[in-house]
Formats: sequence, C-alpha cells, structure tokens
Amino acid sequence: MGVRIADRVGMPELDVNRRLKSFEEVATGYTEEMAIAEASRCLQCPTKPCVSGCPVGIDIPTFIKDVKNRNYESASRTIFASNNLPRICGRVCPQEKQCEAVCVLSKMKDKEPVAIGRLERFVGDLQIEREMPGSLQTSKRRVAVVGGGPAGITVAADLATKGYRVTIYEAFHTMGGVLVYGIPAFRLPKDTVVDEAEGIASMGVEFVRSQVIGRTLPFQEIRDDYDAVFIGIGAGAPRLSGVPGSNLNNVFSASEFLTRVNLLNAWQFPEYDTPVVVKRNVAVIGAGNVTMDAARTAKRLGAENVTVVYRRSEQEMPARREEYLHAIEEGIDFKWLTLPTEYIGDINNNVSAMRCARMELGPPDESGRRRPEKVDGSEFDMEIEMVIEAIGQKANTVLRYGFPGLELNPWGFIKTVEETGLTNLEGVYAGGDIVTGAATVIEAMGAGKKAAESISKYLDSL
Amino acid sequence: MSHKILAKRRLSPRLYEFWLASETIPKYAKPGQFLIIRIDKKGERIPLTIVETSQGKVKIIVKCIGKSTFQLAMLDEGTELAEVVGPLGNSSDIRDYGHVCVIGGGVGIAPLLPTARALSAAGNTVTSILGAASSEQLILLEEFEELSDDLILMTDDGSAGKKGLVTDALESLLEEKKVDQLWAIGPAVMMKFVSAIAADRDIPCWVSLNTIMVDGTGMCGACRAEVNGEIRFACVDGPEFDGRNVNWNELIKRQFQYADLESAALKRFEEEVGDLSWV
Ligand code: FES
Repeated sequence: MGVRIADRVGMPELDVNRRLKSFEEVATGYTEEMAIAEASRCLQCPTKPCVSGCPVGIDIPTFIKDVKNRNYESASRTIFASNNLPRICGRVCPQEKQCEAVCVLSKMKDKEPVAIGRLERFVGDLQIEREMPGSLQTSKRRVAVVGGGPAGITVAADLATKGYRVTIYEAFHTMGGVLVYGIPAFRLPKDTVVDEAEGIASMGVEFVRSQVIGRTLPFQEIRDDYDAVFIGIGAGAPRLSGVPGSNLNNVFSASEFLTRVNLLNAWQFPEYDTPVVVKRNVAVIGAGNVTMDAARTAKRLGAENVTVVYRRSEQEMPARREEYLHAIEEGIDFKWLTLPTEYIGDINNNVSAMRCARMELGPPDESGRRRPEKVDGSEFDMEIEMVIEAIGQKANTVLRYGFPGLELNPWGFIKTVEETGLTNLEGVYAGGDIVTGAATVIEAMGAGKKAAESISKYLDSL
Repeated sequence: MSHKILAKRRLSPRLYEFWLASETIPKYAKPGQFLIIRIDKKGERIPLTIVETSQGKVKIIVKCIGKSTFQLAMLDEGTELAEVVGPLGNSSDIRDYGHVCVIGGGVGIAPLLPTARALSAAGNTVTSILGAASSEQLILLEEFEELSDDLILMTDDGSAGKKGLVTDALESLLEEKKVDQLWAIGPAVMMKFVSAIAADRDIPCWVSLNTIMVDGTGMCGACRAEVNGEIRFACVDGPEFDGRNVNWNELIKRQFQYADLESAALKRFEEEVGDLSWV
C-alpha cells in the first residue's frame, strides 16, 4: 500500500475469532503514536468545514493541533467546551456523514479525511480530569430533565455548567438511555457510558433512577416542582412488521433482544438472572445500525447462521459502513431485496420458517430512495428458528396519556419549535428521538445543546 | 430512595406476602396496576401486581415458581432491593356495573383484591368466587368476606368450600342470577375458560394478562398479546383487557418461551443453596 503512506491511520481491531467469543470492544483505539501521526495529517485549513459539520460545533482543528503537539489537557478542554460525552461520540457518531464528510482532505485525490472521531475518542479515553468552569449552582432556578439518554445528559451538563440546579429522572436503574440498553458493549463498553454519563454528577447534577415520568410520577407534579422541564425520553416503542405470525414464539423486537442483553446482562445468564433466547438460524430484519447490533449480538451468543434480511439493496442500507463491514467480517449473511411476508410456526407456536418475497426497486419514494416493490410469484421460504425485527421505532405511548396538554405531531412525537426545542407548554422543552423519531446520538445531543441554551434564556427572563 | 423489605410473611408453602418500602407508589397506585422489582444488581425485572398500599409502603404477594421468586422468598426483612418501579399499567375500569362477579384463581386472588374492594365501594353487588388447589392456598379470605355480598370458595381437593373449579361455580351462579360484569384474575387457562363462558353468555369480562415483561413501559413488545386481532402491549395498553377478545392459545404458548432457560436457572440455584422444599 505504498501509495497510501500519507493516508489515515487505521483503527486497530480485535481479532475476529476473539470477537465472536466475547463482548469486548472491537475497535481497540489509537495508541499515542497513531494519534499523533493521524493528527499530523490535518491541514489546519482556515475554512474549518469540519466545525460546521459537527452538530455540536466542536473546535476540531484546535483540538487536533493540540494532539499533534501532545498537549492533551488543552485538547480535552477544547472538546469539553462543546461536548460532554467525547468517549461516547468518538465511538458512535457517524463522522463519515458529518465532520469527516466535509474535511478538505476528502476532496483531494487519493486522500481520506482526518479520522476526527478516532482522535476525539483518543482524547476522551485519556480521561483527563476536568476543571469545572466557575462556581456551580449559582442560580436558584431548578430544571427537571426527563430521560437520562444523550439528549438529557447534554441538557443537564450544559445547564449545570451555567449554574442551574438540575435533576435527571431516568426510567431504568442506570443513566445512559439508549447508550446502555441499545448499543452493545462491543461497540460501546458499558463502563465508558456509565463513567461518562454519571460523571456529570460531579457538576452537581442529581439523578433520580427508576422513575417513569407520566407513569410512576405525574408530569404535572414535575412541572409544578421545577422552573423548567426538558423531555428527552427517546423514541420508546418498537415498530413491528405485524405480518402474520408476528406473535409466534422466538419472534422478537430488536429492542427486547438488545435490552435483555445490554441493560440486563442476559449474555451472562445464568450468572445474571435475565434469560435470552438464541437459536441456530436467526433472521434479523432491517438494515440500520440496530440491525447490525442485533445480528452481531446473536452471533456472539452462539447463533450459527445469522442473516440480515432487507427489502431494499445494499446502496440504500442506512447502517454505518464501518458496522456493516464488521458484520461481514464476523460472518453475518445479507439477503438484499427481500421482504418477509409471513412467519410460520410449528406445533408449539415456535417460529420455524419465514416466507419472503423478492423485491425490485421502483421509482424513488418520499425518502428519496427507490421504492421496493414485490416481484409477483417470487415468494420462497427460509428455514429459521428465530426472528429479530429491527425496522425502526415509534413514539413512546406514555406521551398519549402521561403528558396531558402536550402537543404531538400526527406520528405521536412531540411538536417543538425547531430552533429552541420549546413545546406548546410554557417552560417545557423537548429534544432527541422523541421529537425527531430515531436519529443519532450526536443529533440528540445537538438538540440538547439548543434546548439548554433556550432554557437558560427562559430562566433568566423569569 | 429505600426499597427495603419491611415485612415478610409466609402465607402457605411457596406463597409469601411482602411489604416493601416505597415513597411514591402509595401516592399514585390505583387498583389493577403493577410494579416491577429487581432483587439485586444481577436480578431480572419481575412484574407483580400491587395488592395494597399504605403510607410509605406497598404490599405484594408472590408465588415461588422460578429462581428469582424463590430467592425473593428467602430474603430477610430489612433487605434492600435494587429496584422497585411503579405504579405501571392502567388501572381497572371501576364503575357501578350492577352485579359484578369477581373470580380469583390461586395467587391471582391477591391482585384481584384491590379491584374487588373498589368495585364494592363503587356500589356494585359483588359476588366473589375464589379457587385454589387446596385450602391453604385460598388466601385473603377475611378481606374478601368483608367486601363481598356473596363469597363462594372452590378447591381442587375439596379441602375448603366445594370441590371443583371456579368455572363450575360460575356456571351455577349464572343459572340463578344475572351478572352484568365479570372480572377474572388467575392462571391463563382459568381466564381462558371464564372468558369462554363470558362469550357464550354475552357478559363483558375483564382479565389481567400476566405476559412475560422486560421494561414494563412499552419499549420492547415482550408483553404483546393478540386482542381483537391486533397486537397490544400488556404493560401499557393493559394489563386488563376483555378476555373475550384475547387470543388465549397464543398467549399461553408465549408464556413458555423461556421455560427451558427458567428451569435451568432454578436448577442451578437449587444446587447452590440446597433443597428448596421448605420454602
Ligand atoms: S414489557 Fe416491554 S413493552 Fe411491555
């Protein structure tokens, strides 16, 4: 690979055989030499397109220059000025669609963009103690944040930095939201999430765990008790195909499968009490990041054949390229242009086969992607003993009854003013997947940043 | 927030009553709602119906069937549980129906209590039919005696009340009296047969579905059941549905999805702690 001498430094990865036997992190992270070499590739161009490509506007060239000069403390300060979760974002942000996509290097022949995400992760993983800006809790104003996921943590951290008193209400026993129950440890180690998410306690943020606002505590009570409320509860409900046979045994939503494994450690059953079913032949429906996560998890739990089944083609696949390549390396099969039309059960109601139709791509639909259409008479059966549906999320039903007065859009997500995150209720803001539908971690954090800004303005106007 | 076991009482072999500390559940719980507990950091989430509340505490009644429920029964008073989340699910649709017949089977008698009490307080004439394998599993008799206009007991072995099934008692009741609303909580098979009678006689019949659950907040769909030909989530759309519309055969089979793993876990627990027959 002589011609690529000047190109980006590859990410070291765990050997495939070892991966398949564990939930250890696949991408093991840059060494110092690698980081410095990669940082040296940055042109420090004056236009800084990467900064505008970052949903939270990290001053990327500055922190990269610091890495190059081994000035890690300063690099860390620069990142934290815009992003409270660099260890997480460095791992799961789709940089190839954001900052790295607009890197000047990527426009040059034979060049790849600077590996900004890997460098961000490198700095984050050094875990340099952060000095807290100014004195905390200088304000008497209190803010309740509903949901301890990426959006909520960002809002809480930003408002705490500004001196407000913030309490996060989380439905589960641990902070992190989708970072904990959704993303598997081999992509995002759980210690990293917990460290980073719970790290904001050092800013004076309080946590109330195992409380489901709108269910176990009335929303009105929270509104009365606090000066402002931010709702960031995540999309919250699985989309199910609903094809005949959907309720057969061993047909799962990816949400159930991954929550068992990630949040409740079912991969360590029976050491941990939560069980998870795994069969020999597993079909995973969809082609997003969650699909890859579910497929790779099933493989690690011992499934022999794992097949991802997607109704469009490889080009339309929404998953990150990197995750797709990892899945291929780990022996996941892909069946493109294939749509399950029915799950077929045995006498015990266990799924034993899946009827599928072959698809063809027609003219583009409203998403701009070519619409898949069934090929007449193309139905065939696939032998499988387990199905995991990973075809997206719907709005959390708690919104329909638990948040009286809150205005929703026709799909059941919260209606907000885009620039501020303000809902139709005074002092109530929202952001993340419960506003946009399932999106990325960093987009949720971006929404959190905006909301924190407007909440702060609102509180100061009171 | 403390989730201590404040009191524990053995009601009969493998059947235990607990009072758990909770600040918020007693403030908001209504009849028919449930809670989820996790015993320790390795624990699974166990859904249990709320039986009673009083200031700062909540009562549950637990039958030992798997590893986690045996483990719970063996904990001492004063033990702090990792997590108690609730109240979850919708509350029972309490109103004045006229004559309501409530039917509790086995440990299902416990979750029926708050609903039956509320029905009685709402002005209904309440006939209670309680059934169990034998007299020692017939629980909460005093409480039901107090709230019911009529109380009928059934046991499989005839050790208390009449020998027979709750459905036998229901059939004879319906021969004599008009019933406006049925309410059944117990094993799925019992609810299935009560619902069949209800369908036959055109009587609305609430049942409480005890499907497998994970989060209990509508996030995963583990708890789904087919009701009226549609997929519904027991944890957020229920847990109470009209039993006449439930696809019982499917529901019963879904309950066995983890049976192999559950019995393996129980066996391993037995090897660890020794004989469990005394519990
Ligand atoms: S238990 Fe997960 S949706 Fe009901």
